[in-house]
Amino acid sequence: MGGAYSYSSYSRNLLGATVASVAVWAGLYLLLTGRGERFNVGGYLLRLSPYMWALYGISFCIGLSVVGAAWGIFIAGSSILGGAVRTPRIATKNLISIIFCEVVAIYGVIMAIVFSAKIQAVNSTMGFSRSDYYTGFSLFWGGLAVGLSNLICGLAVGITGSNAAVADAHDQQLFVKILVIEIFGSVIGLFGLIVGLLVTGKAEDFAGII
Amino acid sequence: MNEIYFNADAGYLEGIVRGYRDGLITAPQYLNLTQCETMDDLKLQLATTDYASFLQNEPSPMSTSTLSARCTDALVAEFQYLQQNAAEPISKFLDYITYGYMIDNVVLLITGTLHERDTHDLLEKCHPLGFFDTMPALCVATTVQDLYSTVLVDSPLAGYFRECLSAEDLNELNIEIIRNTLHKAYLEDFYAYCQNLGEPTASIMADIIRLEADRRTVNITINSFGTELSKDDRAKLYPRLGNMYPEAQTRLARVDDMDQVKAILEQYGEYKAMLLGVSLNSTSGSSGGNELSLEDRFFSKEVQLNKDSFEQQFHYGVFYSWLRLKEQEIRNIVWIAECISQQQKDKINNYTSIY
Repeated sequence: MGGAYSYSSYSRNLLGATVASVAVWAGLYLLLTGRGERFNVGGYLLRLSPYMWALYGISFCIGLSVVGAAWGIFIAGSSILGGAVRTPRIATKNLISIIFCEVVAIYGVIMAIVFSAKIQAVNSTMGFSRSDYYTGFSLFWGGLAVGLSNLICGLAVGITGSNAAVADAHDQQLFVKILVIEIFGSVIGLFGLIVGLLVTGKAEDFAGII
Repeated sequence: MNEIYFNADAGYLEGIVRGYRDGLITAPQYLNLTQCETMDDLKLQLATTDYASFLQNEPSPMSTSTLSARCTDALVAEFQYLQQNAAEPISKFLDYITYGYMIDNVVLLITGTLHERDTHDLLEKCHPLGFFDTMPALCVATTVQDLYSTVLVDSPLAGYFRECLSAEDLNELNIEIIRNTLHKAYLEDFYAYCQNLGEPTASIMADIIRLEADRRTVNITINSFGTELSKDDRAKLYPRLGNMYPEAQTRLARVDDMDQVKAILEQYGEYKAMLLGVSLNSTSGSSGGNELSLEDRFFSKEVQLNKDSFEQQFHYGVFYSWLRLKEQEIRNIVWIAECISQQQKDKINNYTSIY
């Protein structure tokens, strides 16, 4: 049988093969019995509530930003702790790396607050208006843009912060030079913030068909 | 992508090890040490280094063996701090580093017991980093099979004994063969383990371990001139690693004197530069004047590789490199102390300065 496979990889391959074959069967069934139009992506997207899109966007915005900030803080912080055992003078100066990481989380919070101000109750009996759908989509993608760029920015600042701490412990003059690199890294989060504002700038509050 | 999760387990320890590295003695300090006249001067100069707390309670006059023992205590204290604060997977790496010392301890205990030395003295001479729980039970040495089945099968060295269980009796030659076989198995195992750790640990440790394997190959070759070790046995002791594996090893297995060894080594660019000026009698200092022996040159090449491993962050090689650099520093200090205490100042500069 699968002589060279371990049991876990065998069951994973079996599961993958099952899922793939069910998907192929379903697709061919729809195609060959003339029901192909039931696979309607656009209709599906329109049936989803714009609230769902908007709220997903807000939660990605704050959630991913905080993950990036925390990740960066632990990367930089553990190196600062290790280096400060022998060279205590680096502890206060290198807090600036931690602050740069924290700023990333603050960007996420600000954008989440700005986005959530656009969410209102819809008091119309005729459903959502086209502007509402636009608001939902733009909040989703804007929030995702902010969240992902803050995640990566937190990582970049954390890694360079760790490098800065280790170099500072060895030679004091290296700190400012590596700090310049860190500042360039933290600008990435700012880019995400700007794009998020631009994308959601034209979105109006939820109102429904008037 | 190693950087994003390395610091979770080993970030603090890496900071600590880099702090230890910053405490290594620099070249100007070595110059100060060489200008000391007595051992007390040397102790005073060492009071500004990391060894201060270990040396301050020693009564004057201090012998070189005491100095060496206290410096090793400092090294062991620092390494044990790392081990105590380590979790998986960094703790496994640190354990692997100690297996080399365990092998030396095991061989020391077996040899000492065969020569009917006192158990307590033997245990004091063992290297503290290579201590494992059942080690004192090794003093009841009869045959290797007995030792293995009673004591060593539970130790971390169990897997390395596969190739030497056939040694019949424990005489002088066989003990050395056992030591080298164990070390060969250890090096190959360590190399395979480091390759599984992913980049950049794998490439940095690979270079260092390959140099170690080459050094062992050359040392085994040179030490076997004039003994009753057959050429085949010698070839079996070479680690299956390194730049010299497999072509140069087959040639080295058949040589009979230093000239041929030099000729083979010169074909490797990195070792050719090392061989300039090495004479045929290569023990440290005996070649007259300030020339370094072949062993010293291997040490300086090793120091270069170990210094380079600190240039990168987020890998485990710094732990191994720091340990080797610290050992080199202790060798240097003991060399300088010996020269001072024996008043032979002409060879005092034969140390390998690190920074």
